[in-house]
Amino acid sequence: MIVADRKKVPEIRDMIKDHSRVLLVGCGTCVTVCLAGGERETGILGSALRMALRLIGRGNVVVDECTIERQCENAFIDLLAPRVKPYDAICSLGCGAGVQALADRFPNTTVYPGVNTQFIGILEAPGVWTEKCAACGNCRLGEFVGICPITRCAKRLLNGPCAGSRDGKCEIVAERDCAWQLIYDRACALGVLEQFARIAEPHDWSTASDGGPRKVIREDQCIAGLGPKA
Amino acid sequence: MADREPIILALCCHYCAYAAADLAGSMRIQYPESVRVLRLPCTGRVEINHLLLAFEYGADGVIVAGCLEGGCHFLEGNVRARRRVERAKKILAEIGLEPERLEMYNLSSGEGGRFAQIVTEMAERISRLGLSPLHSNRLHQERELGGRIIQEEAIPQGETK
Ligand code: SF4
Ligand code: SF4
Repeated sequence: MIVADRKKVPEIRDMIKDHSRVLLVGCGTCVTVCLAGGERETGILGSALRMALRLIGRGNVVVDECTIERQCENAFIDLLAPRVKPYDAICSLGCGAGVQALADRFPNTTVYPGVNTQFIGILEAPGVWTEKCAACGNCRLGEFVGICPITRCAKRLLNGPCAGSRDGKCEIVAERDCAWQLIYDRACALGVLEQFARIAEPHDWSTASDGGPRKVIREDQCIAGLGPKA
Repeated sequence: MADREPIILALCCHYCAYAAADLAGSMRIQYPESVRVLRLPCTGRVEINHLLLAFEYGADGVIVAGCLEGGCHFLEGNVRARRRVERAKKILAEIGLEPERLEMYNLSSGEGGRFAQIVTEMAERISRLGLSPLHSNRLHQERELGGRIIQEEAIPQGETK
């Protein structure tokens, strides 16, 4: 899932303080699970913002809250549309995709981000999320026994480890596991260590995000005349 | 009550702090009248938004009082409450309200004296800090606040400890 965390209240306060009516919009999907922008967090932020605005003498700014199931899908934004009219700004607690989907859908309403979108990751332990995939567009987990060195090795080494791996930990961040130690241990356990005798090819980054926004198209799903848009 | 009197909301667990407050009353122990006791089935029911709502509606201080650690009737409600209080304090600091206006305490149902002591300590703290800049003691707001926190709970009338 996409992992995010809430922006600090003063940052959001300063973005919205010159508006008159602001709607906070939570998202019921990824950001709910990572406790950044679901219904509960939206309620907390609403309360915090109303207080923060009053404390700087902007108590006249109306801040209301609502949450939709998914901000990155138009079908769900449809349900929000009737509510948006009285507001001159929206603060979205969805990930960056959600914020932009709302901005796209409501061209006359200013849209602000309420969270910092961090990464694609998993819940590692209660309250702790870790990055697992950098969405490189050319997945090579099969070569690395299911552990992504592009995401999890601080140096993105495809032929690791580096000389800084110590006692299973990475030299860049002492408490972080060395991805290559993990790969080595898992390869031993699976009995496939010999596959690492071969040098891994350099990564093909042409599928990654450096060339601008990427697109995935499924022609069989594209209804004639309706898509895909250029 | 004068409009500039502080208001301290005490969110009290039904099994300990609420009983302790009751006991303090039976023992005729004096404690500051600025406190408003709100009974909860467990402090684990307290969410961060309840705590913020209290300040938003004008409370000057908020006490969350649960059972002694290890003594929660729902096993770990009081431990969770403490973590939430810690998080809410951080949010208060972000907003610019003194986090000391909010505190978690643990006590048992037999500690009427300690309940009075906790309330007194918070009242002293509030008089040192002064009223909250968001202070309001309009009665209807208190009712509404209590209502919003309680409405989902509805502790059955006449339920005994
Ligand atoms: S190889 Fe690429 S797609 Fe696969 S997990 Fe790593 S970053 Fe993600
Ligand atoms: S110690 Fe391990 S994870 Fe860290 S940079 Fe070196 S190989 Fe990568």
